[in-house]
Amino acid sequence: MNHESHWVLGRLDWSALPFWDALQHPTTMNIVNAIIASGAGAMVILGGLIAAAALTWTKRWRWLWSEWLTSPDHKKIGIMFIVIALVMLARAVIEAVFMRLQQAVGLDGGFLTAEHFGQLFTTHGTIMVFFMAMPFLTGIINYVMPLQIGTRDLSFPVMNTISLGLTAAGAALVMVSLVLAPFSTGGWSGYPSFTESAANPGAGVDYWIWAVTLSTLSSTLTGINFAVTIYKKRAPGMTWFRLPLFTWTALCTSILMIFGMPPLTVATALLALDRYLDFHFFTADLGGNMMNYINLFWAFGHPEVYILILPAFGIFSEIFSTFSGKTLYGYTALVIATLAIAVLSFTVWLHHFFTMGQSAHINAIFGIATMLIGVPTGVKIYDWMLTMFRGRIRFSVPMIYAIGFIMLFVLGGLTGVILAVPSVDYQIHNSLFLVAHFHNMLIPGLLFGMLAGTNLWFPKAFGFRLEERWGRRAAYCWIVGFMMAFFPLYALGVLGMPRRSAAFFEPTYLPWTLIAGIGAIVILVAMLFLLLQLWVSVRDRELNRVPGGDPWDGRSLEWSVSSPPPEYNFPVIPEIHGRDAYMRQKESGGGAHPRPDDYTDITMPANTAMGAIIGMTGFLMAFGLTWYEWWLVMAAGGATLVALVARGFTRQRTRTITAAEVHRQHDTWLRELASLRPVTRAEEQSSANRGLPASPVEGAVQ
Amino acid sequence: MNSTSTRHPGLNLGHAHGEAHEASEELVFGFWVFMMSDLIIFGLLFATYITMLGGTAGGPGPHELFELKSAFIETMLLLISSFTFGMASLALKYRSDRKVLVGWLVVTLLLGLGFIAHELYDFHKMFSEGGVPSRSGFLSAFFALVPLHGLHVTGACIWLVALLGQIAVHGLDTPTKTGLMRLAILWHFLDVVWIGIFSIVYLGGIA
Repeated sequence: MNHESHWVLGRLDWSALPFWDALQHPTTMNIVNAIIASGAGAMVILGGLIAAAALTWTKRWRWLWSEWLTSPDHKKIGIMFIVIALVMLARAVIEAVFMRLQQAVGLDGGFLTAEHFGQLFTTHGTIMVFFMAMPFLTGIINYVMPLQIGTRDLSFPVMNTISLGLTAAGAALVMVSLVLAPFSTGGWSGYPSFTESAANPGAGVDYWIWAVTLSTLSSTLTGINFAVTIYKKRAPGMTWFRLPLFTWTALCTSILMIFGMPPLTVATALLALDRYLDFHFFTADLGGNMMNYINLFWAFGHPEVYILILPAFGIFSEIFSTFSGKTLYGYTALVIATLAIAVLSFTVWLHHFFTMGQSAHINAIFGIATMLIGVPTGVKIYDWMLTMFRGRIRFSVPMIYAIGFIMLFVLGGLTGVILAVPSVDYQIHNSLFLVAHFHNMLIPGLLFGMLAGTNLWFPKAFGFRLEERWGRRAAYCWIVGFMMAFFPLYALGVLGMPRRSAAFFEPTYLPWTLIAGIGAIVILVAMLFLLLQLWVSVRDRELNRVPGGDPWDGRSLEWSVSSPPPEYNFPVIPEIHGRDAYMRQKESGGGAHPRPDDYTDITMPANTAMGAIIGMTGFLMAFGLTWYEWWLVMAAGGATLVALVARGFTRQRTRTITAAEVHRQHDTWLRELASLRPVTRAEEQSSANRGLPASPVEGAVQ
Repeated sequence: MNSTSTRHPGLNLGHAHGEAHEASEELVFGFWVFMMSDLIIFGLLFATYITMLGGTAGGPGPHELFELKSAFIETMLLLISSFTFGMASLALKYRSDRKVLVGWLVVTLLLGLGFIAHELYDFHKMFSEGGVPSRSGFLSAFFALVPLHGLHVTGACIWLVALLGQIAVHGLDTPTKTGLMRLAILWHFLDVVWIGIFSIVYLGGIA
């Protein structure tokens, strides 16, 4: 422990400022790096100030608090998760561009210091996994899953706000580390003994530990919440094999979260014990064993891979089916494949460290187990292709992402099979080949899935469609940019270039690193186009309104309600009679929007500040722990305990929406529906599409 | 008991409790799921402990530090507390008289506090004999696993006090009843984990 810590500030002092080092040692290199780092820190401060000023200017603080931050509505919480994900995505992409540029000019040096480069790849990885991918998929599941299973909320809405608060706290901690530096240089996996205090006594690794811990706790709670909701709150008649496939993948992801997040909690907690209280779990001396960390980390890390990809599989399943105008081919096979992947994901963690000295037999077993995962994944690929086969495919934005995904993901899968051969892995492990492989799975897989899902469900959430042209441009830039940025890394890996290299001395790498650098710029352009798409969509929102709620001729229940849905989702909980519940309803004689005989009062959870409180105290505890400000840790910890106990004493936990009010709102919507002109799929992308598909549904029956 | 009246695994409140019986379905099921997640944490710490048994680095090992008698007393305190919590659960289900319930809960709380006190005394003794976590990997693993269980018991005791407070303020309403049912699961769960600790850490260490 630090002996010279200030009683208020702990070990926080001037040297935490990103330009302090350059003031002390003003070399050209230090000054360049200080300008970049301070620019990033200034962006964080400026962004915060602009947001605060905008809220004050428009007098929206109260609105932010009562409509959003304290809302237990799963739809609003979902949107807030996605906002966090997009902000963090922007930061991590910019970091990626810096890394690619560094390697493009990195022959014999480059412009970034090794320390700075280390922080870039650590924050990039940590953010992309814990603060982009996880909040993004959590947000989408949060929004869509309850609507798909026909319920009004998650099982534990207050816990949902706490999950959001914890993720926000972790993300905020990573952002603060730009202003009060440094962050860890140990990579997103934080292997000891490099991350032990003997090698790394500073605050960086501690930032990483607590940011990741906050995110892990959030995801554990989220997993429990989603799984219990799917088990217990399905609408009557929504049997297991009638669930939309996205909900199936949400369930499997939740189960993986429940069992897969605790190993990371243990790994980071034990590392923290080593660093703070001088324990010896992973130290090089006194009986420590760093292999334990690596086992624990990947006992989380491999299920995590499938936590990330399964929801994307679910989204693509919905997209292939919806935009081919066909029911999903091989539904049962897809469900079984999803379950198989979830189970197998716990049996392959050792392939992350084939070279660490275990016997060849053990490597062989885990290599084979790894290749086995290709089987259910292959089943899925064929099912998706057969869903498109003889369908009436519409090349709208989600479909472009989906087709990009299916082609690129297969390539990534093949390189995964190459890596799964232990003898080959010995040659290319820890090289850029690996970096290319997992980006090949995560960008076309997870990220394309999330962006496609955003395009698919955006009109549901906000009542207007996203603009198509900029959406297409963004999608094509993502696909091309990805290929340019990462295919060269396969070549570089085979040529022997190690991952996480700030500089290199081998001229043959140069053409490849240059192409990858240009690819990163194309991805940056894709990000810009996404922003433009959002901007244009909001500007032209009146042209693209879809009050009918069903712009794509959807198949599952979320399309049966208005866009945006009322806070209680369904005026009357629907009764389910088969798969593709809403399509069935549309095809039946009863009409797409039957008027219920009578309405009942609806009880909804009341607003609660628990999420905001726990998020704030969680952030303060983590910040205090990072900088050794023990008074802050104790105060924030005490406040957490008081808040939790006090919450137990509250009783006004729900509020009621009267049947008359529900009736009135539903009537208003039904009247609006009656005024809409139904459109065919040919008009889907024109402003004639008001969210009411023509009936009988042309080409949708198979 | 027919199948429709069983809302969740374990002791059900039954139809006589109406709203609380209905509400317990999701809450108690959710808590079971949380327990599964928590069990993974303990499982991994057990595994870590076993792999680090050899990592004493020349420091004191199980034979020098563990005392069976003390661990046995702790086991008994915890087992009896589980029994008394069981009596509290039965009182919650069958007795309208609040006094019996509160009586059993207070006895449970005292036994829980007794366990914590005894465990702290044990740790203190180990410390004085040089058994500190910074001494070796083995002791690190011990002091991650066993005190984590103790921390859980402490948390459960705080929860129990909070629930006694809720009973005093609100009486036996639905949130209090479902709270007691979930705490009961946690309490018995900690008992099971302790049996693992007693068998693997203490009996296994001394044998």
